[in-house]
Amino acid sequence: MAMVESKALVQASERVTQPGRPARSAALRRLRRNRAAVGGLVVFSLIVVMAVAAPIIAPSNPTRVNPIDALQPPSPWYWMGTDAFGRQNLSRVIWGSQTSVQIGFVAVTISVVGGAILGLFAGYHRGWIDLLVMRLTDVMLAFPGILLALVIIAVLGRNLTSAMIAVGISAMPTYIRVVRSSVLSVRGNEYVIAAQVIGCGGNRILLRHILPNVIAPVIVLATLGIPSAIIAGASLSFLGLGVQPPTADWGEMLSSGRNQFALAPWLSIFPGLAIVITVLSINLFGDGLRDALDPRQQR
Amino acid sequence: MTRYIQQRLLLMLPTILLTTLVVFLMLQLIPGDPASIYLGENQATPERLEQIREQLGLNRPLYVQYGDFVLKAVRGDLGRSVQTNRPVIQEITDRLPNTIILAVLSMALAMIFGITLGMLAGLNQNSWLDAILMLAALAGVSIPVFWLGLLLILLFAVQLGWLPATGQGGWNSLIMPAVTLAALSTATLARLVRASMIEVLNQDYLQTSRAKGLPQVTIVVRHALPNALIPIVTVIGLQFGNLLSGAVITETVFARSGLGKLVVDSIQNKDLPTVQGVILVLATIYVVVNFVVDLSYAVIDPRIRLQ
Repeated sequence: MAMVESKALVQASERVTQPGRPARSAALRRLRRNRAAVGGLVVFSLIVVMAVAAPIIAPSNPTRVNPIDALQPPSPWYWMGTDAFGRQNLSRVIWGSQTSVQIGFVAVTISVVGGAILGLFAGYHRGWIDLLVMRLTDVMLAFPGILLALVIIAVLGRNLTSAMIAVGISAMPTYIRVVRSSVLSVRGNEYVIAAQVIGCGGNRILLRHILPNVIAPVIVLATLGIPSAIIAGASLSFLGLGVQPPTADWGEMLSSGRNQFALAPWLSIFPGLAIVITVLSINLFGDGLRDALDPRQQR
Repeated sequence: MTRYIQQRLLLMLPTILLTTLVVFLMLQLIPGDPASIYLGENQATPERLEQIREQLGLNRPLYVQYGDFVLKAVRGDLGRSVQTNRPVIQEITDRLPNTIILAVLSMALAMIFGITLGMLAGLNQNSWLDAILMLAALAGVSIPVFWLGLLLILLFAVQLGWLPATGQGGWNSLIMPAVTLAALSTATLARLVRASMIEVLNQDYLQTSRAKGLPQVTIVVRHALPNALIPIVTVIGLQFGNLLSGAVITETVFARSGLGKLVVDSIQNKDLPTVQGVILVLATIYVVVNFVVDLSYAVIDPRIRLQ
């Protein structure tokens, strides 16, 4: 799922070009006028705050077992009810935001850093490095959606860390391709040649001259990559291949709540709702960001 | 056209070969002794381990083992399941039809609804219908597949009792899994069709056809749609891969027997030969489907054939 719209994303983000300074403030203005995007950013920021402040705002310890109050429906005392162990659902939903936000950011960071390095080298040096990297991405793309993540988890074991690495690596090919094609389009530009002429080293040119000029599409891709990573991470935990109980995680909660599904639907409804709200909020912001940076949107 | 097919075929084979390499290396990359991993957690006596090493040829150089792995895989020999001790290929062929039926049905649903709704939105750009459809599509890409499945079960099986919650009885047990699996692709397709439609509608040749007074239906069906479809066909191929991998989740939610459930159960049981086999089969299906999509691309768009 991480790569649901990968091809479309590649095409869309390729249209996003690096804005110069005046264009940049114009893009910012467009973004600020987009109410859905601003709303999305606000909601997502609140969720990040919730994740950070979980120890303070959660009404109880998310893993403390309290059998007397097991499977209580939502009430004024337990806003989201309790699970089979009497743990407060509200506390677990609040703490669950930690793993989700973590997977979202860490996995995307892995994709961005890995994708940028490979894409920069492949696009700038061409030759056998390019050939090797492109073959590698072809092979990675031959494992659709969550499959590559499953391969990685089968190797690394079932836990949060391998889930983050798995999701990060399986989304990487898209970043490699976008960075590489952006590098190809700027490497012949005069400022790059000028840097070569005055004797800059390859790495300096890549980092100081090329990277800043290809970063805009990557930012859009990364923003839209966070919700995909969160869904992929939650899916893995739901399958029992990511976060393991008793750690609170929305995917894991849905997986364990499934057994008391008919009896205690609140255990399945609230964590799912939390995922949808989180993912929707970043998607709204990401869509807005893409539209703001896409020069073809300028009227 | 023959040249084009040959070219695509030549590009596909190394990809499949490298896929087998990745799957083969899985066993080597897992920390620990491959023989004991192969055996799983049970009966790992030193004699048994040595026997496995001998039997699987783990004492030979890696490249010999890989060559052997590929040759055997080509002949359909993917080893034996640690869990059931049946040949992996048999475990796979038992379940493959279930997964294919689910994926194909979902693909059909996604194409019918995705293209229709996307066109409706694109033709009525910036209307209230467009706004509602695109909001629904955004919700569609934001809802995790497994949660949608759970909600459908809650509504149609638990509350209304219309459809069976799990298992695979008749056709009615296929409805919810197929709808669940199709939702994401439908939403993705609808968004793309809309964008593609809007782009085509702004082209000069459509202005011309409008100017010469063609009826709206002819303009849309004869002139706009075929060109709007070109980028969509590629995405349909990619979506098929997402459906195969989405089946992993859908089959688990609805407890349907299939390749997806098999691979998840196998990872949990540390049944590595089965994991390798299923991943290899799914990746190969995906690569072949995209090969076919590449070919159909050339049929739709003559410019590609001529390149």
